[in-house]
Amino acid sequence: MRRFYGVDLRDPLMLGTAQYPSPAILAEAFRVSGAGVATVSLRREGAGGAGQSFWAMIRELGVRVLPNTAGCHSVKEAVTTAHMAREVFDTPWIKLEVIGHTDSLQPDVFQLVEAARILTGEGFQVFPYCTEDLVVGERLLAAGCEVLMPWGAPIGSGRGLTNEYGLRALRSEFPDVPLVVDAGIGLPSHAARAMELGYDAVLLNTAVARAGDPVEMARAMALAARAGQSAYRADPIEPRDMATASTPVIGKAFLT
Amino acid sequence: MRQVAIMGAGVAGLCVASELVARGAGVEVYDPAGGPGPQACSWWAGGMLAPWCEYETAEKPVLRLGQEAIGWWAERTRVERRGTLVVANARDLPDLRRFARRTEGFRKVDTDEIAQLEPDLVGFGQGLLFADEAHLDPRQALTDLHRQLREAGVVFHRKPAPQDLPLAVDCRGLRARDALPDLRGVKGEMLVIRCRDVDLTRPVRLLHPRMPLYVVPRGDGIYMLGATMIESEDGGRITARSMLELLSAAYALNPAFGEAEILEIGVDLRPAFADNLPRIRRRGRVIHANGLYRHGYLMAPALARGVAGLVLEDRQTELVDEDRA
Repeated sequence: MRRFYGVDLRDPLMLGTAQYPSPAILAEAFRVSGAGVATVSLRREGAGGAGQSFWAMIRELGVRVLPNTAGCHSVKEAVTTAHMAREVFDTPWIKLEVIGHTDSLQPDVFQLVEAARILTGEGFQVFPYCTEDLVVGERLLAAGCEVLMPWGAPIGSGRGLTNEYGLRALRSEFPDVPLVVDAGIGLPSHAARAMELGYDAVLLNTAVARAGDPVEMARAMALAARAGQSAYRADPIEPRDMATASTPVIGKAFLT
Repeated sequence: MRQVAIMGAGVAGLCVASELVARGAGVEVYDPAGGPGPQACSWWAGGMLAPWCEYETAEKPVLRLGQEAIGWWAERTRVERRGTLVVANARDLPDLRRFARRTEGFRKVDTDEIAQLEPDLVGFGQGLLFADEAHLDPRQALTDLHRQLREAGVVFHRKPAPQDLPLAVDCRGLRARDALPDLRGVKGEMLVIRCRDVDLTRPVRLLHPRMPLYVVPRGDGIYMLGATMIESEDGGRITARSMLELLSAAYALNPAFGEAEILEIGVDLRPAFADNLPRIRRRGRVIHANGLYRHGYLMAPALARGVAGLVLEDRQTELVDEDRA
């Protein structure tokens, strides 16, 4: 089992904490799904302890907190936000997000690598939100990251794994690195698919928070992620063109 | 006659006072500001009576109890019953379909009908009309309640309530946190603008992936743009991002809003419990009525009825979650 900076995750589901109808529903979604990691945005909720009530609720979930730098567009912003996150949540974990394109929220991978280098140098354990580009993955690992979090599709789009080939290639290129599909998951089948590819976890927010029944969707996502994980571990059969009967036919009176 | 002291002259306090007076109780109101004003977050509200729209994300009681609000307010202040129009930009049409799936009480309208309803909305091919919804002017509503209460003999004390009251209803919103530790603040930001070039006659909601943005006409070319919802308790200032988002929404509805004058910037914290539903809690001689969240005008009448039921008839409505008399 691949470990996240020395931590084993019991469950392959990570959930965001934004956009739920209420904190009560958010807490229930975590409870029924068993998600072990909660991402939290600091940039939006503001500096100076302004989001304290909400953050206290997140801490009360009793799960590991992965603060993020959502909404940052530069190395400087991301690094400052990471410092703030470490203070507020007392954790070296940081989900590093540096946005490069306003409409697609595509990561700016150049600034991402630079910010990752700075933060790992300062002792942060960085979870970089990146694309499925192999070279970018290579550079992030060289910058000190020990986890990669490629997107499935643009944030909030719910389109699933738009480049499965690329995600598969990343998995085989970095067999020992924990990989998380972050962003783009809309349905449980997307989460299951990511796990069937051998990914170590899926991270999602909108698909659960904005579902008509977020709690039920959280449950569905958790079941799907576990199903996909079990399937990968079970070594699935290869697809083939012709039927193979599961019971032998020789000796049966099949010609009559 | 039952004598009740009310703490706070925001929408919760004034509605509780009005309901109690209507049922024959004797009421006095304590508020350091003396009456309704910008110290209450309800001063900055949109004033939409939109239970069907709110049901997109709110719990069932908001839909059910919120419907009582329109009639309650109409007996006390001017209520515009012109419905709510919900539209989305072409790229956000999936959001309009989702909104339609999760709400009720609307009919779909096309380009021609939108043009008939609101000729100054251009470029929207589809929308939803929630015909039974209404809106009011929050400041007018609070002022009207204040006047009616004084005319009925209610005294407004310009000071905090004394400690030894025989029976008090605490309607101080977030200022009651010392007694209600599970209350949190949810930041909201709004703008008041004036634009005589655009004439909208009913609240228009523009669906947006992150927040419900709306424009509420106040008459005379004045519009309220609201409102952000941020899990932050920094009520001091608006951020540039929020201002951009609010103004972009108005601009998307009609580019002529680009020429609007900005009259006011409002920022405040909504008091909310974890499920974003209001609560009534009786603790000895104090009854807490709080947690109206973004549903001040929509839910305050139900909250007021709940308090009156508890005070005058010892009857517990569904909003009572703790009763330690």
